[in-house]
Amino acid sequence: MGPASLKTELQSALSARFGSYLNFQEKPAPELLFTGIPEVDAVAGGLPRGCLTEIFGPPSSGRTSLLDSILAAATAAGEICALVDAGDSFDPETAAAAGVSLEQLLWVRCGARPASALKATDLLLQGGGFGMVVLDLGDIPPQQARRIPLTSWFRFRRGVEHKLTCLVAMEQEPCAKSCASLVLEMRRQRECWSGAAGCSQLLDGAIVQAARRKPAGRYLTTKAQRHQESFLVSSCLGGSTRTA
Amino acid sequence: MNLAFTFSPRVEDTARDAVTLDIDGLERLFGPPPALAERIVRLASEAGLRAAIGVASNPDAAVCAARGLGGIAVIPAGQEARLLAALPVSLLFASSADSRQASADLEETLRLWGIRTLGELAALPEAALSARIGQEGPRLQKLARGAGCRPLMAFSPVPGFEHSLELEYPVALLEALVFVLSRLLHELWAGLEARALATDELRLRLTIETEMRSAECGVRSEESLHSAFRIPHSAFQTDERTFRLPFPLRDHRAGLKLMQLELEQRPPKGAVTALWLAAHPVEPRVLQDGLFIPLAPAPDKLEVLLARIANLVGQENVGSAELLDTRRPGAFRMKKFTIGSAFQVPGSRLRPRKVANGLGTWNLEPEAFAVRSATTLLAFRAFRPPLAAQVQARQGRPERITARGVKGNVVSLAGAWRTSGDWWKSDGWDRDEWDVALSDGALYRIYCDRATRAWFVEGSYD
Repeated sequence: MGPASLKTELQSALSARFGSYLNFQEKPAPELLFTGIPEVDAVAGGLPRGCLTEIFGPPSSGRTSLLDSILAAATAAGEICALVDAGDSFDPETAAAAGVSLEQLLWVRCGARPASALKATDLLLQGGGFGMVVLDLGDIPPQQARRIPLTSWFRFRRGVEHKLTCLVAMEQEPCAKSCASLVLEMRRQRECWSGAAGCSQLLDGAIVQAARRKPAGRYLTTKAQRHQESFLVSSCLGGSTRTA
Repeated sequence: MNLAFTFSPRVEDTARDAVTLDIDGLERLFGPPPALAERIVRLASEAGLRAAIGVASNPDAAVCAARGLGGIAVIPAGQEARLLAALPVSLLFASSADSRQASADLEETLRLWGIRTLGELAALPEAALSARIGQEGPRLQKLARGAGCRPLMAFSPVPGFEHSLELEYPVALLEALVFVLSRLLHELWAGLEARALATDELRLRLTIETEMRSAECGVRSEESLHSAFRIPHSAFQTDERTFRLPFPLRDHRAGLKLMQLELEQRPPKGAVTALWLAAHPVEPRVLQDGLFIPLAPAPDKLEVLLARIANLVGQENVGSAELLDTRRPGAFRMKKFTIGSAFQVPGSRLRPRKVANGLGTWNLEPEAFAVRSATTLLAFRAFRPPLAAQVQARQGRPERITARGVKGNVVSLAGAWRTSGDWWKSDGWDRDEWDVALSDGALYRIYCDRATRAWFVEGSYD
């Protein structure tokens, strides 16, 4: 007997005694924002709105490429997005080439001041109306990012709750603990080169992995996804704009 | 006038102390004329004014009744002559549009004739009156009978709303200044609301008192006195600020908050002695929201939000990026973020865009994101400013890189790509770029400035 049928049987048995007190309403499944990369969407099922999503990984693990793809998908859908750039490292040129509509992206440059980044993120969440708010802590050392108080993450989770905003935090290591509804780990596998080494070599891209590190819960629909702990996805990131 | 406009759109600026309203058709809104008059008196008293109201079938009779009878005087149609008869004839000249001297002469003539009241003037024979004092005689007689028939000269507001305030003592604290500013802004907004207008530009001018020493202000005669008693001289300067709004604003609190944040960011350089505030009136924004329009911040809230964030990180660090038409690496500029330019109706997103990636360029429908190839452009993270690096090179090819936070042997590399430009300017660039994979596994873009032979790490691929 599966857990679902057990739950139903237990509820029917108890409802005869306690009446309607047990007929609690289940939390509706959150809306999803797709990342624009089918492999990642297959892993994560999309980013939940009204929740905090963490994307973490070391440098050159494809975090920013994934983020640009998400921003491109969101802005293409006509949404207004905000990027709180704690390290002032956002490159608008490659973002625009990836499809991000820069006019729909509010860029807040915090100049390596994480405290200002946290305040700005809080203001953006309280202001509301953004389809997606990104807190980019990718260049902040993990030792410094870990010092962000957990109360800030709780405040973010509370601020984005019951809203259609998707809050994404990008770091080198996960910091939000239980406040994050979805945690994606990015890993680099290898870079791709073309041409002869030493004379005409070109950087074509990189092979990266995306793994879901925190079970996303009930908004994942397929059974296969629900029972797996993590997923490995290889994604070939297109290379730089150089040509031989 | 503002008070009058809250009741009727047709208001005449009759005199310095008189305003005439057309109340025709207002019964359904405010009730019968006595109720309307009581309401006007009550609102006027709340604004600190003592008002006398006269209601009549024509403007001149109403003005005479208000001036002569006082309080609330409602004259039914057809009884103007009877009710005005006891009033002094001088009332007719109180608001005369003629020259003061002519009015005074006519008034003196009537006084010499023994005409003291409007009733006595109304009783004079019209032809004889006209023969003695000209066409002005019958006109005054009509007014005395309450039978004037001139149309109401509706007042059209002059574009531009201004309010100023001179303070009794200089205000140095920002909180107190905002309190005073709130009052000015409230009056300004009341005027805009009364005319169903909004504003897209606010101008604030502060008169600032700055203290100067005697030597600085060039006072020679009192120099010894001021130096002995250390009395500072005062000098005044003006500080004008303009708040341009991307949309017509009708929220008084949002306007005040914007000003407060601006003053916090750039406080006045001294105590404020006077304020002047002006608003540019425009038609309010009419917007019909749709069910299928994507989520977007409310424009007024967004303005305040941007001001708050600018207060936090600096005005130049908030906005949207705009790529510049140049080949200079990393060239962009920040521009003000506005919903109007960013927001597009959903239909417009069906327009194909060109997206370049490593495999070429093709038209990409945004909706195709979910089903398109997994090939995505490799993103770049810039180090601002670029990190100065120590590079060990062999035959011009980097082998080991050491910079702040970046250290490792070069495992693989591609390059060099030589780029240069703007050589005719002082800020031109000329450099050799490399894409390198270090032993720590990360991919970086480094370059060597050919002019200084210095190496820099420009950023990382991520």
